[in-house]
Amino acid sequence: MVVTTRRETPASIVERERRKGQLSSVFIHLFLLIVAVIVIFPLLWVVGASLGPGGGLANTTPIPEDASFGNYVFLFTETGYGRWYLNSLYIATLNMVGGVALSAICGYVFARIRFRGRKFGMLSILILQMFPSFLTAIAVYMLFLNFGLLDSLTGVALVGIAAALPYNTWLMKGYTDNLPASLDEAAAIDGAGRITIFRKIMLPLMRPMLAFVAVMQFTMPWMDFILPRLLLQSPSKQTVALGLFDMITDQYSNDFTTFAAGAVFLALPITIVFVLMQRYLVAGAMAGAEKG
Amino acid sequence: MSTTKPPAPRASAPARAPGEPGNTRSSALPAPVPGIASALVWGAGQLLNRQLGKAAFFFAFYAAAIVWEMTTGNYYAGMEFTPRDNGGFFVKGLWGLITLGDTPRQMSLTGLNEGDNSIVLLANGIIALLTLCLLAIIAIWSVRDAVRYRAGLNAGAAPERSADYFRKTWENAFAYIALSPGLVLMVFMSVLPITFGVMVAFTDYNRDNLPPMNLVNWVGFDTFAQIFTVPSWAGTFFGVLVWTVVWAVLATFTTYCAGFLLAVLLANKKVRFPRVWRTIFLLPWAVPALVSALVFRAMFNGQFGPISQFLVDIGLTDERVYWFTDPTNPNLARAVVLLVNLWLGFPFFMALVGGVLTNIPDSYYEAARIDGAGPLQQLRYITIPIVQRTCTPLLVLAFVAAFNNFGLVYFLTEGGPDNVDYRFAGSTDLLVTWLFKLTLDNRLYNIGAVMSIIVFFIVGTISVWNLKRSRAIREL
Repeated sequence: MVVTTRRETPASIVERERRKGQLSSVFIHLFLLIVAVIVIFPLLWVVGASLGPGGGLANTTPIPEDASFGNYVFLFTETGYGRWYLNSLYIATLNMVGGVALSAICGYVFARIRFRGRKFGMLSILILQMFPSFLTAIAVYMLFLNFGLLDSLTGVALVGIAAALPYNTWLMKGYTDNLPASLDEAAAIDGAGRITIFRKIMLPLMRPMLAFVAVMQFTMPWMDFILPRLLLQSPSKQTVALGLFDMITDQYSNDFTTFAAGAVFLALPITIVFVLMQRYLVAGAMAGAEKG
Repeated sequence: MSTTKPPAPRASAPARAPGEPGNTRSSALPAPVPGIASALVWGAGQLLNRQLGKAAFFFAFYAAAIVWEMTTGNYYAGMEFTPRDNGGFFVKGLWGLITLGDTPRQMSLTGLNEGDNSIVLLANGIIALLTLCLLAIIAIWSVRDAVRYRAGLNAGAAPERSADYFRKTWENAFAYIALSPGLVLMVFMSVLPITFGVMVAFTDYNRDNLPPMNLVNWVGFDTFAQIFTVPSWAGTFFGVLVWTVVWAVLATFTTYCAGFLLAVLLANKKVRFPRVWRTIFLLPWAVPALVSALVFRAMFNGQFGPISQFLVDIGLTDERVYWFTDPTNPNLARAVVLLVNLWLGFPFFMALVGGVLTNIPDSYYEAARIDGAGPLQQLRYITIPIVQRTCTPLLVLAFVAAFNNFGLVYFLTEGGPDNVDYRFAGSTDLLVTWLFKLTLDNRLYNIGAVMSIIVFFIVGTISVWNLKRSRAIREL
């Protein structure tokens, strides 16, 4: 039947196809719009709550009538938020620098040098990487508790680096494997030592993976809850995640707007980084999957 | 090392003819003899092989270990020796690891008598054991070197000066030196805690038995048996396990399907401003999961939350719905957790599938159109298989991540609503959140440790299976 119509009036079938296309296009856009509303509403709601009049959860609206930054002022003057933020920033920075440096070196060594024990090392890393990090966290807590090492921000960062190191090394190794070996061979012939090759040739080439690991290592501590909850106890050593969680569980209904302000202030920088670097981040996650 | 010079020139001449006079005594030695000597005293075999430099190197480690032990312990001549009172770093460490202490804290006539702290003893014991393992590498190296070198000499190889040997080793050692910072960090921050955690599973360390008040004992597999045979524990464990698996499967499946659907829609040429849509849909992925989960927790708050209020306002429900705290309706809480997870998780798969779609050549679809395939058939026979192939390993990873998704469940519901049949667990608790509550809130360290081991085995099995299918393991 289709064949006959086409033969008889080509113009009419094109017209019909166009209408059908328009109709489905409307449906698609409608669907996308609904999804977008569902996606945006909670975010809009929390931003609205943070700008709205201070107080409880019950009278919050996505678009407050008299918006003000009162909650943000309250957040920084009346709660420990500023302190928590600096603590998290310290852990995150240490975590990023340490994590990137160690995993880059280890990944390079595993990818490029054949040494005795390499296979054993790679296997150990694979097994360690399967061990969920919070399981280590609980054992670390028991150890730190008995040796009086609790309540140290640097300790939290070190445990975080160690927990992520196997996976990051694996990523770096996989990425370095795919870089042409001829480059460092040529440099070696020219007399460059291992360290020079690593710094001058490999590091610049590894940049996309370095960026991925850096972003992951930097953003993780802001959201990490278990490790700081276990290892940090005094009020002055809390991180943003702990503070926000306590804010919403303890003083629930009467201080929601302050929580909202804190949440927005935490989420904004991380969200911007993620949106800007989405290409890198998706590619990095895919590389991780292909390699293990 | 300069002391090795004298034998070297003498030995170099007759090297081609072993057994000649001048070298008779040493070359008559069969290869295992220096090996045995080195096994007894590290470096002794090298001494027999007339390699003073190497001998000194190995002996230094041997001496250091002994001096360390002597100075950390109380070794007096003529005194009765007990590991508890006299042992040093290694002896007392191993004694503590085996016995976990034998003197409880008690009041005596002279005052409070500090007993043994089993957990400190256990931890020290593991550290001593790990140190011994590292030293064992040197011991094995020493024995093997002694045997191999002697065998080489007996077979007629030229003797080698210690200095040359170390120079050669040094050049090959870059890998080890570069890896050492990471290795040390991992041994003390990962391997040590993991070993400790595994060992706690075989003790009775819990809130009824806390050091330094009480001693902790080795109990073998009792704790494992307890979880599987005591009905209330077994019931909780299997209940939580089933929900964890169901949750992980559904969470992975729903996020993947939604992400796939949106990616395919956005790839459609009819969609206008695809980049704007894409950026909007990526927001849930970009916003920290902690923040979104806590925001949803507030939105679904039964008493004050806007969603309950909205449903009452439009007349859909007569009274407020207690999403996460209604014990009569655990499946409602579970469904909401899955929905929130869908909101959080679909953008990642959307971005991923979107990336794959842009790499599928248009010619595939053109060829299909020419063959008369409709849009659905193109989807069924071209898009889905190609996407599937790339995404399968990631789906397994996502499954494992969902299995261990502590954050979402804990932030959203804290495991609630309460479940009277469960021990310390609510209806939405996953294995990991239950484990967290057991350890931190209830101080049942031994049961928590057993749970960790079980979780590790489940996750490990899936990961190994996933890995075996990938090419990574073969390229190792």
